[in-house]
Amino acid sequence: MLKINNLHASIEDKSILKGINLEVKAGEVHAIMGPNGSGKSTLASVIAGKEEYEVTDGNILFEGEDIEELAAEERAHKGVFLSFQYPIEIPGVSVTNFMKTAINETRKAKGLEDMPAKDMLKMIREKSELLEIDRKFLSRSLNEGFSGGEKKRNEIFQMAMLEPKLAILDETDSGLDIDALRIVANGVNKLKSKDNAVVVITHYQRLLDYIVPDFVHVLYNGRIVKSGGKELAHELEEKGYDWIKEEVNA
Amino acid sequence: MSKYTEDDLREELKTKEYEYGFYTDIESETFPIGLNEDIVRAISKKKEEPQWMTDWRLDAFKVWKEMTEPEWANVNYEKPDFQAIAYYSAPTAVDPNKTLDDVDPDLLAMYKKLGISVDEQKKMNNVAMDIVVDSVSVATTFKKTLGEKGIIFMSISEAIKEHPELVKKYLGTIVPTKDNFYAALNSAVFSDGSFCYIPKGVRCPMELSTYFRINQAGTGQFERTLLVADEGSYVSYLEGCTAPSRDENQLHAAVVELIALDDAEIKYSTVQNWYPGNSEGKGGVYNFVTKRGLCEKNAKISWTQVETGSAVTWKYPSCILKGDNSVGEFYSIAVTNNYQQADTGTKMIHLGKNTKSTIISKGISAGKSQNSYRGLVQINSRADNARNFSQCDSLLMGNECGAHTFPYIEAKNKTAKIEHEATTSKIGEDQIFYCNQRGIDTEKAIALIVNGFSKEVLNKLPMEFAVEAQKLLEISLEGSVG
Repeated sequence: MLKINNLHASIEDKSILKGINLEVKAGEVHAIMGPNGSGKSTLASVIAGKEEYEVTDGNILFEGEDIEELAAEERAHKGVFLSFQYPIEIPGVSVTNFMKTAINETRKAKGLEDMPAKDMLKMIREKSELLEIDRKFLSRSLNEGFSGGEKKRNEIFQMAMLEPKLAILDETDSGLDIDALRIVANGVNKLKSKDNAVVVITHYQRLLDYIVPDFVHVLYNGRIVKSGGKELAHELEEKGYDWIKEEVNA
Repeated sequence: MSKYTEDDLREELKTKEYEYGFYTDIESETFPIGLNEDIVRAISKKKEEPQWMTDWRLDAFKVWKEMTEPEWANVNYEKPDFQAIAYYSAPTAVDPNKTLDDVDPDLLAMYKKLGISVDEQKKMNNVAMDIVVDSVSVATTFKKTLGEKGIIFMSISEAIKEHPELVKKYLGTIVPTKDNFYAALNSAVFSDGSFCYIPKGVRCPMELSTYFRINQAGTGQFERTLLVADEGSYVSYLEGCTAPSRDENQLHAAVVELIALDDAEIKYSTVQNWYPGNSEGKGGVYNFVTKRGLCEKNAKISWTQVETGSAVTWKYPSCILKGDNSVGEFYSIAVTNNYQQADTGTKMIHLGKNTKSTIISKGISAGKSQNSYRGLVQINSRADNARNFSQCDSLLMGNECGAHTFPYIEAKNKTAKIEHEATTSKIGEDQIFYCNQRGIDTEKAIALIVNGFSKEVLNKLPMEFAVEAQKLLEISLEGSVG
């Protein structure tokens, strides 16, 4: 589904990603871990198509297609979803209205008519029940005055509504207490299927107790320096990142 | 597919033309340019006005001659040459006694172009409509239905003839002829406008609407609206405006007077989309308007405006809260793009006890435009327990525009409670990327963010016009992110 080859990317001439190789297949869950500043969030932004980042070498193939020239919204239309580490506030725009716009814009890009209001309401009801979201919450302004937990749960709700093929969860666990973490993780697990893939970016292992990865990759200084199964995450939790750094620098 | 960049957007804006910029070739009778007593008399004669009306105009003209143009507003423009404007222009085919079916087909075609098929509007929106092209009211629909309730809705020229007692009693009582330079000018030369009277206890069953259009070149439009809501009555009124694209600046100086007697309520909404000039700031309408309403006991006046057009706007719809427990509201969205300038706001004059006012102003500036809110909240010594809440929010797009807020507060009564909140924000790259990532392109994202920003005011518009206003916001701001 996603194949990244020798990806180099920089922002304002500062090189951040220095040759990433990664392949994610449908039905898989990958975790990307690593110390602060290693390039995890940059990788997420580059895949999603944030304009500030410049790809200087390598490529990103999504379902076999090079997506470098595609705008962020076009990547979204193809099924790439990013759960933001810091979701953005849009005052006066309700969660429902935002989702309605997003879904209908995606449908328009595919040459489809707007989703009938009845179907939209039904979908909203189903997905909000799935994620245990109070429907009053959906008429509030997007992310405005939301608690950390509400923001993250709202991200997963949007993921549920948009039904992406590839979901990248950028530090979804940051700022969550254990209950919120469990709800968010349960949501992701319910949405997982053999046809979609999830990339979890996280600093800590604890989220991976709930969303169990098939593969764990360690990102350090712009490169994936180690890959393994879920036991690698436990090893990192126990020993920290220093031994990885030493290994790389040796 | 290549990326749709901001440069593409900017290019599109440049080539995108003002949608209502067409000129309709209809036969017109236009007075020679210039202004003097003879012209004032000629306008009055043309309108077959009674002597008292002619005298009233001449008095106003005398006052105007002694006045100078106000310069305190935060706008810069070349002062109009008042001797270079024609003060009267009328489609010749108009006969006020004719029904809509007799209206010049070219004129009707023009309405269609404006997106107002009069017939359809009548049926679908339940809106009674008066249309003023250049200087003359050409069609007032629904007169009969309204007549059955005793509601008078007609052009002001007709009203002067048919209901002189009402016009005489109220005209100029809220905005006196000597109120300001443009009000005086309007009083002298106004050629048409709408008149509306809602009898005691009557709830007007439909939206009343006036559509203004400047068509002829080199003409000014000076319309006069007088709206009287008798005790315990209710009316919702809407005005819309457009003009053809022209290189020269056209002058529009209107006066609107509202009178809400005891327990009456008036909701007055404006969607102003006069030609704003081109992307280099050439041409466009000067919109210098005086709007004011008077509230008697327990009465309520609510102004809602969506201002997207005009090169220069100078406009402060105000409320005089004379009666105890009366309520004044002002909800405004002002959008400026390219070289547009707007200095707009309101005055809330609290005279009665327990009077309440609310001001919600949303200014959106883009391009190289300047957008100012100017408001006065005045609590007079006898206005015990008066309350005001003001909120002024500004949204900036790009680095070359400006937003300004000039709130004036004068409180002469210790029991007054006045709150003022103001915010300034910018549409962020982060907001746009967030929308993009959800599949919403940049242009749509801006529309979404702007609509969210303006929501509190859009919600105050009558339903069918809220949709139109939303579209107008999108069009006005197309390609303005920078």
